[in-house]
Amino acid sequence: MTVSHGFGGRRRAPRSDLPPGQYDTGSDWPVLTAEVTPHLDPQRWTMSVDGLVETPTTWSWDELHALPETGYEGPIHCVTTWSKFGMSWSGVSVDLLLDAVGAQERAAYVLATSTTGYTTNLPLEHLRGGKAWLAWTVDGQPLPRDHGGPVRLFVPHLYFWKSAKWVTRLTLLDHDVPGFWEQNGYHDLGDPWREQRYTGD
Amino acid sequence: MAVPPLAPTLPAPGLLAPSGGWRTATVAEVARPHPRAVRLRLDVPDRVDHLPGQHYVVRLTAPDGYTASRSYSLASDASDPLVELWVERLDDGEVSSYLADEVAVGDRLDVRGPLGGWFVWRGTAPALGVGGGSGVVPLVAMLRHARATGVEDLFRLAAAARGWADLPYADELRDAGAVLALSREDGPGGRARGRLAAADVAPLLGAHPEGWTAYVCGSAGFAESASALLLGVGVPAGDVRVERFGPS
Repeated sequence: MTVSHGFGGRRRAPRSDLPPGQYDTGSDWPVLTAEVTPHLDPQRWTMSVDGLVETPTTWSWDELHALPETGYEGPIHCVTTWSKFGMSWSGVSVDLLLDAVGAQERAAYVLATSTTGYTTNLPLEHLRGGKAWLAWTVDGQPLPRDHGGPVRLFVPHLYFWKSAKWVTRLTLLDHDVPGFWEQNGYHDLGDPWREQRYTGD
Repeated sequence: MAVPPLAPTLPAPGLLAPSGGWRTATVAEVARPHPRAVRLRLDVPDRVDHLPGQHYVVRLTAPDGYTASRSYSLASDASDPLVELWVERLDDGEVSSYLADEVAVGDRLDVRGPLGGWFVWRGTAPALGVGGGSGVVPLVAMLRHARATGVEDLFRLAAAARGWADLPYADELRDAGAVLALSREDGPGGRARGRLAAADVAPLLGAHPEGWTAYVCGSAGFAESASALLLGVGVPAGDVRVERFGPS
């Protein structure tokens, strides 16, 4: 570690809920996307859960919105080192979708796919137990298009590239298939508290 | 039950891009060509060669152990013995202001890279770079790579900025024949002031706009408008790679 003389940093008040190497972005919410932002018509968008499941199922926008809505209050963490605190998100819990399709016993991984073709992979256990949502409301407003609206996967305990914007499909697998950033040098899991940013961290 | 085929529409990234671990770089050259920017050239021992478009992370450490890290695209190509960063000084930029105002030749910096395997060009297929402001930096690396490997015919570039003084590497871009779109002053070659338009980009693509991979880099707003412009002149959405710059 090299000390940079004269560098004091502009840290805000230290907070115990800031993962290592992150900073509090305050009211800013940077947009980071690798592809062209799509225009999604919610009435033509569908959500499918397939792969190693008993009953592959596809939901429409209206069908998902008929399910009980739940939410999350807290921070999100981007691998580019910003964290944003005090957010309020809501949508439908991924648990409800998994309960509906019935995961097969050997299902252990999930590949999420977006309408753009973007993919990201997660261990199935990280989508279960009230840790993951399909989210369409943020801070009381419809999720903006550039932040993944009308709907994105929302997994706030992992770096935010795992929360696939414009998600349309979850595929359950018995093996791990690296997604888009995971093939491009980023960590397979992406736990902010273990600072798993890049391959090999 | 068979697993349904996975059919991503994004192009496959191909071979894994190289990435390196933390190294201690020595600042070899510092230039301040603009009040809001610094050009740093770093000597990085045992570095892994990068692909044009990749970035490095710079980590600053305060005497009490507090650290702050940010990513910066490289402007240099792999044939350059040094690694070149162009850092725009952001308002309230914790790392960029230190790099822009404090760093001197001989200082040591912790760096990690190269990183990123998506916004890269390998110099093997036609590419169009479209950059706004400091978003031209990774495209400069592509330009230099094309020149160093003799494939200038595969790379074309359009750059946009408010004025000449706001455009990093303006002389180098002009000399390479890039289309320069200045919104607040008339440009070199007689282009009247105005934002980047389809008329600037379409001639670069020739008769076959679907044969190109476009690399768009700039602010979120620029990236959005440039992407729309490219789709408008016939580039398929799946062939547009986007890197959004700014506070991140």
